[in-house]
Amino acid sequence: MSDDRHPLFKPLIFVGGLIFGFGLGFSHMARPEVVLNFLQFEDFGLLFVMFGAAVVSGIAFAVMPRIRDTAPLTGDLYERRLKSFDRNVLIGGAIFGVGWGLSGICPGAAYASLGTGNITILWALAGMFIGAYAQGYWRSRTAETGSTATRAD
Amino acid sequence: MVTDPLVLQLAAELFPNGISRYAVGGLLVGLGAVVIYIGTGIPAGASTFLESTLSYVSDRSRFQRYVGSRDWRVVFTLGIILGAAVFAATVQSGVIATSLYEPGTTGQTYELAGITLWLTEVQPWRLFLGGILVGIGTRIGKGCTSGHGVCGVGSASKTSIVGVATFLLVAIGTAQLVAALGVSP
Repeated sequence: MSDDRHPLFKPLIFVGGLIFGFGLGFSHMARPEVVLNFLQFEDFGLLFVMFGAAVVSGIAFAVMPRIRDTAPLTGDLYERRLKSFDRNVLIGGAIFGVGWGLSGICPGAAYASLGTGNITILWALAGMFIGAYAQGYWRSRTAETGSTATRAD
Repeated sequence: MVTDPLVLQLAAELFPNGISRYAVGGLLVGLGAVVIYIGTGIPAGASTFLESTLSYVSDRSRFQRYVGSRDWRVVFTLGIILGAAVFAATVQSGVIATSLYEPGTTGQTYELAGITLWLTEVQPWRLFLGGILVGIGTRIGKGCTSGHGVCGVGSASKTSIVGVATFLLVAIGTAQLVAALGVSP
């Protein structure tokens, strides 16, 4: 992907982010306490956030490829979000789960939490960047020192 | 009107804050992802922003893969922050009142320039340590609650469904354990 995209590309991404963030605030998923209450079985409402969002996006993923081939602002094909399965999905998922269960915070909800005025969430955001950097640093190193130094995952 | 009292009692126990704010919020989260998908074909996730933004400050090959998408990911994240700020300035501040929104009693609120803002009471060490693990885990595991949970599950991706089941179960176990150890909030 290059930078010579449609002039409306970034404005549209911004509008999508606005709706996404408003929804995270409205649903209270941007509040760590509410996520922790859900994980402790005290309030199952969060199921409606996760599955409600997945159903809405699922309709678009199913319908759009039948209506047209490519997206108007990028020319990219309408495809589903499919990632290859390997052991990393389980290992990474488990590490993410420990972090989510300890803090009640995930990336999108953390950005939204900042927007609701929760400056204490900067602790979580700092942690996320440190974790992502440590992981990327380690992966770059193993890729460079490995005998088959491929950059593909 | 005949309503089964058992159903009402169960709903009150499982959903003490009702379901409307959760359902409406979830639909909006999905709608935000859909707007981006329809216009661009991109199934957006929130966690790649962490790595792609690091490409501005690090030459490491791992981060440089994201140079092509880092600008729009910053725009997406700023949108999320501002969207939540719009929520704070309207619904959270009581400027817009709707029966679909249950204010809740978690955390504490404070006022700034006439806007009602909100602060968590979850301790900073939990947020920081949890954040580090979230940062590592979502990158190894190829996605987070929005990438896997919203776009991946919406795509009926087996990888994402397994990923969500994994982090959900581990998170439940962790939160229960931390609570059992007496850590609160």
